[in-house]
Amino acid sequence: MIELRAPLTEKAVRGLKIGDTVYLTGDAITGRDEMHMRAVECSRQGKAVPEGLVGSVLYHSGPIVIKDGDKWKAVAAGPTTSARMDSLEPEMIRRFGIRAIIGKGGMSKETGDAMREAGCVYLAAVGGTAVSLAESIVEVIGVEWEDLGMAEAMWRFRLDKMGPLIVAMDAGGGSLYENVRSRLVR
Amino acid sequence: MIKLPEPIDQVVANLLKAANTKLPPDIGWAMEAAAGWESDPTARTQLGAIMDNVKKAEVLGRPMCQDTGIPTFFVRGRFDASIRGEIIKGLIRATETVPLRPNTVDPLTRKNAGDNLGKGMPPIHYLPTDDDFVEIAVLIKGAGSENMTRLAMLNPSDGIEGVKRFVVDSVLEAGGRPCPPGVIGIGIGGTAEDCVAMSKEALMIPLDTENGDPMLKELEEELFIKLNGSGLGPMGLGGATTSLGVRIKTAYCHTASLPVAVSIGCWATRRAVARITGTAVEYGQGADR
Repeated sequence: MIELRAPLTEKAVRGLKIGDTVYLTGDAITGRDEMHMRAVECSRQGKAVPEGLVGSVLYHSGPIVIKDGDKWKAVAAGPTTSARMDSLEPEMIRRFGIRAIIGKGGMSKETGDAMREAGCVYLAAVGGTAVSLAESIVEVIGVEWEDLGMAEAMWRFRLDKMGPLIVAMDAGGGSLYENVRSRLVR
Repeated sequence: MIKLPEPIDQVVANLLKAANTKLPPDIGWAMEAAAGWESDPTARTQLGAIMDNVKKAEVLGRPMCQDTGIPTFFVRGRFDASIRGEIIKGLIRATETVPLRPNTVDPLTRKNAGDNLGKGMPPIHYLPTDDDFVEIAVLIKGAGSENMTRLAMLNPSDGIEGVKRFVVDSVLEAGGRPCPPGVIGIGIGGTAEDCVAMSKEALMIPLDTENGDPMLKELEEELFIKLNGSGLGPMGLGGATTSLGVRIKTAYCHTASLPVAVSIGCWATRRAVARITGTAVEYGQGADR
């Protein structure tokens, strides 16, 4: 078991290997389809992007968040299917220097190539374990692009030992999904 | 659990709360059995995390998964046209109180309705009968698994082997995306739209009941063993636990057709059922009809 602390350095990221189990502490942002489209669009047009995006840990999640007094609170926040973001993820990784992606189900070879080039890992959260994962979100620091709706907005979370997360695609080009797929018995 | 009569909208809100916060017991048992035979360390870590999450969700009364899906309702028995309105009222209430994530959007503009309603929402399948009760069942699964639904209009000459191949290929190509290990619902026969509906309704059948048709029972068992021997494992990261159960529903079809549909339920295949009579409401978490 490895404890990681965000912001992540390229060295720390490149030290991770597929099959490692990690727990992550520090800040992360959420992003799904709509957030990816808007972030890339802004960047292409030279517009500013919200704080926290560059060099971030990007969590593919559309959480259930409630207002608790004047603060937000995440009540359920598991990973969403990462493959939906494959078309924009290589560009996201290269433009914003994303250091880690947390999601489920894995991503394409093109995304893996961008990860290897830029120094980024894919951490598989256990799909559906929304309550446990929400408990590791100790603070909702803020929300950007709230007009995209609860699931699609960019939430900024502070995490305390989120996990278990499994290094499923590493910065050396390794993919646990690919290993499993190549050995499937039909 | 039997309760005194409550307004139907409240029954619907209760169903949505129960389905989202409490895993059906038969699925929990299947998961515990899987944890017993699984030897892959990554798979074991993940099954442990799932069972831990299930306990927390139940104790805290929170949705076990943030994707509270699109609830699909199955209504059968004796009812009138007001039932749709009651279901909608219950869904609005549950969206606020459970809470459920607002998931419904216009398919083209992608504008979110904000209340899990909108044109055509929620889907309700009706079956009027002469019984002296009305049974309302709800199935909840997220988009991760819903997006992996597959329909094939096979040729009759593809036969039962063709059916097996299509099911196995559908599950393995879906990989980790529908959050395995889950329940595999299969529809065989009918028309195209009925076939898909059967595959989804098959997910309502508890895993601890036996298929009454010996041939289908054998097919369910064969596919279960085959899928778990594939090596896909929890979340597609390897292991001996790809499915917790296989359920099949069939209907007669056209002599020139062999429709097969696969609906994959994630490990969090959430269901709840209420049978309402004049004097009581009986709650459960599975329905086989």
